Amino acid sequence: MSDVTTAPRAAPRAPAMAMRVKVALILFALFAVLPPVAVALGDPFMVLIATRILAYAIAAMALDLILGFGAMVSFGHAAYLGFGTYAVAILSSYGVNDLLLQMLGAVVVSAAFALVTGAISLRTRGVYFIMITLAFGQMAFFFFISLSAYGGDDGYGLSSRSTIFGSDVLENDMTLYYVTLGFLIALFAACHRIVGSRFGRVLTGIRENRERMEAVGFPPFRYQLTAFVISACITSLAGVLLANQAEFVSPAFMSWHRSGELIVMVVFGGIGTLTGAIGGAVVALLLEEWLGALTHHWPLLFGLILVLMVLFSPRGITGLLERTGLWRARK
Amino acid sequence: MTNLLVLQLLNGVQLGIILFLIAAGLTLVFGIMDVVNLAHGVLYMAGAYLMATFAAATGSFWWALLLVLPGAVVVGLLLEVVVIRRLYDRSHLDQVLATFGLVMMANETVKIIWGTSPLSVPMPDIFSGSVPLMGPLQYPVYRIAIIVAGLAVAGGLYLLVNHTRIGMLLRAGATNRAMVSALGVDIGKLFAIVFTLGAVLACFAGAIVAPILSVDTGMGESVLILTFVVVVIGGIGSIKGAFLGAVLVAVVDTLGGVFGPILLRSVLDASAAGQAGRTLAPMLVYILMAAILFAKPTGLFGGRG
Amino acid sequence: MSRLDVQSLTKSFGALKVTDDVSLTVEPGEIHAIIGPNGAGKTTLVAQLSGQLKPDSGRIRLDGADITGLSMPERVKRGLARSFQITSILPGFTVLENVALAVQARSGSSFRFFRPVAGDAALNDAAMEALTEAGLGDRAGVVASALSHGEHRRLELAIALATNPQVLLLDEPLAGVGGEDAEAFVARLRRFKGRFAMLLIEHDMDAVFALADRVSVLVYGRIIATGTPDEVRSDADVRAAYLGEEGEEMADA
Repeated sequence: MSDVTTAPRAAPRAPAMAMRVKVALILFALFAVLPPVAVALGDPFMVLIATRILAYAIAAMALDLILGFGAMVSFGHAAYLGFGTYAVAILSSYGVNDLLLQMLGAVVVSAAFALVTGAISLRTRGVYFIMITLAFGQMAFFFFISLSAYGGDDGYGLSSRSTIFGSDVLENDMTLYYVTLGFLIALFAACHRIVGSRFGRVLTGIRENRERMEAVGFPPFRYQLTAFVISACITSLAGVLLANQAEFVSPAFMSWHRSGELIVMVVFGGIGTLTGAIGGAVVALLLEEWLGALTHHWPLLFGLILVLMVLFSPRGITGLLERTGLWRARK
Repeated sequence: MTNLLVLQLLNGVQLGIILFLIAAGLTLVFGIMDVVNLAHGVLYMAGAYLMATFAAATGSFWWALLLVLPGAVVVGLLLEVVVIRRLYDRSHLDQVLATFGLVMMANETVKIIWGTSPLSVPMPDIFSGSVPLMGPLQYPVYRIAIIVAGLAVAGGLYLLVNHTRIGMLLRAGATNRAMVSALGVDIGKLFAIVFTLGAVLACFAGAIVAPILSVDTGMGESVLILTFVVVVIGGIGSIKGAFLGAVLVAVVDTLGGVFGPILLRSVLDASAAGQAGRTLAPMLVYILMAAILFAKPTGLFGGRG
Repeated sequence: MSRLDVQSLTKSFGALKVTDDVSLTVEPGEIHAIIGPNGAGKTTLVAQLSGQLKPDSGRIRLDGADITGLSMPERVKRGLARSFQITSILPGFTVLENVALAVQARSGSSFRFFRPVAGDAALNDAAMEALTEAGLGDRAGVVASALSHGEHRRLELAIALATNPQVLLLDEPLAGVGGEDAEAFVARLRRFKGRFAMLLIEHDMDAVFALADRVSVLVYGRIIATGTPDEVRSDADVRAAYLGEEGEEMADA
C-alpha cells in the first residue's frame, strides 16, 4: 500500500503534451508579429489572408476535437461554418451588429442542429456516420441556397463588419486580425483544457476502446454527442469571424468540399493534437494559395498530393500517426 | 392536378432509376469492401462525358453507348488497380482523404479536357418526341426508355445477385466478409469485379441521362450525395434496399419540389408558401433519411451497423 | 437473497439454442464457477449477463432488482462488473489511466470540462490501490500496450476491481496464463473471496477446483449439473459430457 503515496501525479505522455503546447505558443507568437512584418514588407493585404487562415485554424481545431480525440469523422462540419457566417448576415440585416450577440446566435443554432443531427448520426458508426454527417451538411447547404432574401446561391454582401460594444473597431483589418487571433488562443486553451479533463479522458477512452468503456460504466453516446455539439459550436465561431473577414457570405462556405478541406487541414498537421490542426490549416491554405498562383488548375495538384500522401505513407496517414501513438485506426 | 401528379411521379421514377444505377454499385462497394468511396459520382460524370465525346465522334447515339461500356470497364479497373485496391485495409479516414483527392483531380481533369461549358448529347431519333399518356397528357419517349432500360438492368442485377455463383458470393460478402475468404475465394479478384461492375453501372447511368441533362463538371457531386442518402436509407450492402431507397428518394424529391409549395399555400399566403416550399423541398429527402434512421439505424434492409 | 439471480435465460441464433433455459444464482461472497467444453455457450452467457447481448427470454436480477433490460454501463453502475476473455484495455493509455477511468466512472460526474484529470489525486489513489491489489503497482506509469500478456490479464483484473463490484464476472481470467503466474493469480482471487461475489468462467480445472464454492457445468447451452466441486466431479452426466481429454483432466484434479 506504500505505493499509494507515490502514485504518479501526471500522465507520462505529459511531455508530448507540453511539447505541443510549446509549439502552439511559438505559432501564436509568430502570428502576433505577422502584421507589423506585413506592413514593413509593404503587403498589408497579407493580414487579410492571414485572418482567413486563423479563422480556419479555429474550425480545424474544433474538428480535431471530435475527429482526433473522438474518432468521429464528421464530413458535415462546413455546415457550422455556414451557420456562423449566416448568423452575421441575418442578424445584421435585423440591426444586430454586435459580434458577441452574433456569436451567441451562431452557437445556439449550431448547438441545436448538432444536437439533433448528431443524435441521429451517432446511432451509427463507420461508413454510415461519415455519409450521414455529409448528408446533413448538404441539407444545411440547400437550406441556405433557398434563402432568396440573402442572395440564395449567389451569396450576400455585408454592408459592414460586426461591432464590439457599439464600436466599429473591426473595420480595421489589423484589429480584426488580432481579435481573431485572440479567439484562436482562447479557444485553443479551452480545447486543451477539455482534452485533459475528466470529460476528455472519457472521450479519448471511447476512441481507444469503446467496449471497454461501456464495461467500466460509461455510456459512449452522451459523451460523443456532447463533444460533437461543443465542436460544432466552436466551428460556428470560426464562421462568424470568417464572414467578417470576407465581408460576404454564401452557401459556398458550407459546401461538402469545404467539409473535406477541414478534414484535410486536421490531417495535414497530425490528428489528435490540436496544435497540429492549427498548423495544418496554415499549411493547407498556403498550399492552396501557392498552387493557385502556379496554375488555375490547382485542384488537380492538390488532389494528387492527397492521393499520393495516402498511398505512399506505408499504412496511410492514420498509420503514420498510429506509430507515434496519437491515433489508433478503428475499423 | 392529377395530370401533374402522374407527370411528376414519372419524373420521380425516372430519376429514381438513375439513382439506383449509381447506388447499386456504391452499396456493394460499401457493404462488401467497407470502403468509403467519394469518387463514385465521378464515374457517373465520366459516363456522361464519354458519351458526349463518342457521340460527337461517331455521330451516333448507339455507337456512343456501345463504346461507353468498354470505356467504363477501363476507367473502373484503372481506378481500382491504381488507387482503390490500396485502400481496402486502411482506416475510413484514409479512404475519405484519398477519394476526396480523386474527386478534386477528376473534376479538374474534366475541365482541362472538355472545358467548363456544358456539353449536350443528341437524342436518338426513335426516342425523340412524346407519347400521349392519358387525356391531353404527353410524356417524352426518351424518359420512358430510361425507365425501361433501368428496370431491365435492375432485373439483370436481381438475377445476377440471386441466381449466380458470383451473386451468392456478393450476398455473402455483404453480410459476412470473413466467410467469403474462408470459402477460398480470391477476395482481391472479387473486389475488382465488384468495383468495376459498380463503375460500369454508374457510367451507364451517366451515359443514358446525358441527352436530357447538360453534361457539366458539377453533375457528379449533386448526385453523389443523393446516392449516399439512398444507400443509407436502403441499408448498406443491399441491392433491394438501393432500389427502393432510390425510388423513394427520387419521388419524394420530385414531388416535394412541385407539390410542397402547392400544399403549403393552403396554410400560408402565396409568397410565404413559395419561400417555405423552396426552402423545405430540397431538405425533404434528408428529413426522410433522418426519420428512417431514427427508426432503423442500419437502414431499411441493412444488417450491419 | 442471492446477489445475482438468473432465471430461465434463453438465447437462440437462428435454429441454434446457445443458451437453453439457464438458471443459476451467485450468493453473497460466493465464487460460483461455470465450466463446460468449448462451444458450450459460456461466452454468450457472459455477454447476456453483462448486458452486451439481449436474451430472448428469462430474467436477470441483481440484489433482487430486475436488470434484464439494462445496458452494460447501467449494470456496472449497479455493481455488476466483468473482465474480458480477450484482453480489452485502452492501449494508448497508461496502466494507471486505464484504472483511473474505471474509478472515474463510479465517482462523480464525468461532464467536467476544465480541471485537469491527470492530477486528480482521488482518482489516482484509488486506481493505485486497485493496481497494487492486482499486482501491477510497479507498472503504473507504463503505456498499457507495452505490457506482457500476464500483465494484461492483471490489468483486466485491476480495472474490474476499480469499478467496485458487488458481483464480478470473470471471463476466463487465466486465458493464456501459465505456471507460477497462474498460481499467483489464483491466490490473488482467493484473497478477494468474501469481499464480493464472483462468477468465474474458466477452463483451468485446477483453478476452478481450488477456488469455487459451487460449480455449474454448461453443455450445449444447458446447465447439466450444479454442486460443490466434489459433487460435480463425481456426477455421471458430467463425466459423460467430458469424456476424453478434459474428462481425464477432471478426474485428475
